[in-house]
Amino acid sequence: MSTTHTIVVNRQSHQVTVDHYETPLLYVLRDDLRLKGTRFGCGNGSCGSCTVLVDGHAQRSCELPMWSVEGKSITTVEGLGTLDRLHPLQRAFIDFQAGQCGYCLSGIIMTAAELIGSGGEPSREKIVAALDANLCRCGAHTRIVKAIEAAWKASATGVVR
Amino acid sequence: MNPAKLPWSVEENPRLSQWVDFSEPGIARVFSAKVELGQGIVTAIAQIAAAELRLPMSKVVVVSGDTRSCPNESYTAGSMSIEVGGTSMRMACAEARRAIVERAAIMLNADQSSIAAEGGLILLDGAPSKLDYWNVAREIDWQLPISGRAPFAALANSTSLGKSIARLDLPAKVTGASFIHDFELPGMLHGRVLRPPSYGARLESLDTSAVKNLPGVVKIWRSGDFVGVCCDHEYQAVKALEGIGAGARWSESEVSADSRGWRELLPTLRSIDSETEAGERPTTLKNLRQLSATYSRPPIAHASMAPSCAVAVYDQQGLTVWTHSQGVFPLRGALANALGIDESHVAVIHKQGAGVYGHNAADDVALDAALLARQVPSRPVRIQWTREDELAWSPLGSPMVIKIEGTISPTGDIVDWSSQIWSGPHGQRPRPHGPVNLLAAAHLDPPIPFPEAYEVMSRFAGGARNSEPAYDLPHRKIVLHSLPGLPFRTSALRTLGGYANVFATESFMDELADAAGVDPVEFRLRYLSDPRARRVIETAVKLAGWPLNGERGKGRAAGIGFARYKNSAAYVAVIVNVEVDRDVRVSKVFAAVDAGLVINPDGVVNQIEGGIVQSVSWTLKEQVLFDGRRVTTRTWDQYPILRFDEVPELAVELIERPDSRPLGVGEAAQGPAAAAVANAVARALDVRVRDLPITRERIVAAGTAQ
Repeated sequence: MSTTHTIVVNRQSHQVTVDHYETPLLYVLRDDLRLKGTRFGCGNGSCGSCTVLVDGHAQRSCELPMWSVEGKSITTVEGLGTLDRLHPLQRAFIDFQAGQCGYCLSGIIMTAAELIGSGGEPSREKIVAALDANLCRCGAHTRIVKAIEAAWKASATGVVR
Repeated sequence: MNPAKLPWSVEENPRLSQWVDFSEPGIARVFSAKVELGQGIVTAIAQIAAAELRLPMSKVVVVSGDTRSCPNESYTAGSMSIEVGGTSMRMACAEARRAIVERAAIMLNADQSSIAAEGGLILLDGAPSKLDYWNVAREIDWQLPISGRAPFAALANSTSLGKSIARLDLPAKVTGASFIHDFELPGMLHGRVLRPPSYGARLESLDTSAVKNLPGVVKIWRSGDFVGVCCDHEYQAVKALEGIGAGARWSESEVSADSRGWRELLPTLRSIDSETEAGERPTTLKNLRQLSATYSRPPIAHASMAPSCAVAVYDQQGLTVWTHSQGVFPLRGALANALGIDESHVAVIHKQGAGVYGHNAADDVALDAALLARQVPSRPVRIQWTREDELAWSPLGSPMVIKIEGTISPTGDIVDWSSQIWSGPHGQRPRPHGPVNLLAAAHLDPPIPFPEAYEVMSRFAGGARNSEPAYDLPHRKIVLHSLPGLPFRTSALRTLGGYANVFATESFMDELADAAGVDPVEFRLRYLSDPRARRVIETAVKLAGWPLNGERGKGRAAGIGFARYKNSAAYVAVIVNVEVDRDVRVSKVFAAVDAGLVINPDGVVNQIEGGIVQSVSWTLKEQVLFDGRRVTTRTWDQYPILRFDEVPELAVELIERPDSRPLGVGEAAQGPAAAAVANAVARALDVRVRDLPITRERIVAAGTAQ
């Protein structure tokens, strides 16, 4: 049975109709709204590739049925920044060349976006703890942590490039 | 300095027009069949082309992995992309620039020595002339063969070569769409394929009545044991696959894929043997002592972050496939064979996927997409595998057993070294004009069964990679037992046999050093005359401050591993620090690398870092398990990989050799890193674990046995 839902994605309101009431947000983002920066990795929330912000909190979009995000505000990597207006995190990932294949990065960046947005003192331990459920197969971990730390420090001190 | 011999890629694709094109004003388009796998090759190729053409990188466009326009360079594999593909591009672009200078001299009626081609302009006596590269290019016969003798640009003068240029593909990847998974064509359908529950399972019956009426289902197609579905939207396809799975009745059989005890199992299997022997045993030494040890590695999964994906369309032009395959040309041939169509009607175009570390399911899913696209002519079809199928059905890195025997004198001189290796095939990639090795082909009616291992059983077989120790040994004998009949599909995984062979060889070097009571670094240096090998070890030692935590059995120690990948690519020495409490924790890793001429230093460091981390993951955590019928490690919980809180600190030092030829690095660190971890654990616990992965259970078992 098809159902219709209103969601706010990257500050824009959308009404979408899905055939299956449990259709995960991930498929709506990619297939209906054509926001393909949010990626499928496993389908059961264990790799973090599909992470988006839902009302400011990092969540796995592959596991979020549409009914659960009704009326909520969602931010994807496209909403964080664009090629000509990079978010400090995106900027830092490029500066540190923090990635190899890059498939895991948008989910990691969104996880980091919640961490940075929550304020607090930047620390490597907090970053590693926040990334506990994000996987990277190419082994870019140390660069990723450094990039997030730099972006966090820059935003904590107001020095955003 | 130009190499004396033309690289393979140039021999196969000798004409300039196959490599470079100036038909669009302001742009130099270069063509390479080496594709981006996350290793930064496209950026490196652009750096090379820009340097040799003396153009800013913004004026160079790399066309990569397209059978319609690129030279056939076969696979992007074996750490050969810079060595062969990069050197070929360098020759092609140096030759192109020389041709431009020569033609410009004629057009300007000037002496060649007064002409320079710089930044797109033709300079005459240092001043801009009326000509640029593009109007000169129109007057050149681009069918010219590449001689390989046009002089290379000097590294010192280049703004791109040897510089840590940022990856060209990274900005798109941190801001939005950029992968094959994100590629969309008008009218594209989304499909899924049902895989059998186990090896050898047969589809007895299929009831699709409930699925046919689901929303968006456009086509369900069955052939033999293969069932695919195409839908308007992706989640419709997910639901349709669930329904198809529920309506399928399979008969299964035991295939004796048993994951208990590879070290016991592999030597009992049918094998094809080959042997190499070199040197003479010294006869004068007395009181010799013999050591023997057997090591093993389990099957390892590629475990790419993304499930494999492909898009295909069948129309009047024939079949067009977009793929993240590592070899668009071999895949084109394999698809044509599997589908029974002429290769000239197939175009294969590379699109980036998640990191692939060898022969994963990229080629398999391309056939899935082609098969289903044929059922819905003119409509593009996108197929994506499930996470479970990706872990269970991608070809695996083969299990291996390595038994080494060594003889030493009382003063620690190695008198004799002999090893036996049991390994399944590592080189079963699809071949363009040979057997089809694509998953779906084996499930069709009529099936095209998986070929028996066609990897040549010789010293070129992947199982033999790095089986020859890099040390100066008086006598050595290597016997390779190739196992063609493993009950599951194995093929190329990063390093092929190199990872396990270096793990075994370097573990055994430590065992010999211990028996002789010699420091493992000093012991290695005794047997290394190659100054480049010595230098990486000495550099790593300096970085790490060896000897660290020298006392045995205290739970903390350092270990070393060294190899020259393939005995012909980059030299890498790795020293790790481990702490063993309940589990093994690798806290720090120091690596020294000699990769000859380096095109992009940060790119090399990134590859080495990634290689180390992946190797630590393989070494401490990874093994594909079976229950007698099927792979049971199908989720990230069942097949865990190294997590952020388990990743060591890394320090990598490159030894600069700008006058040497470039040496591949993508697979150079894995073997040394594994050995360093094993040697450090052995020292920390005074217990040697010879069966990978080094888990808590394995440590306990090894401790009980020793």
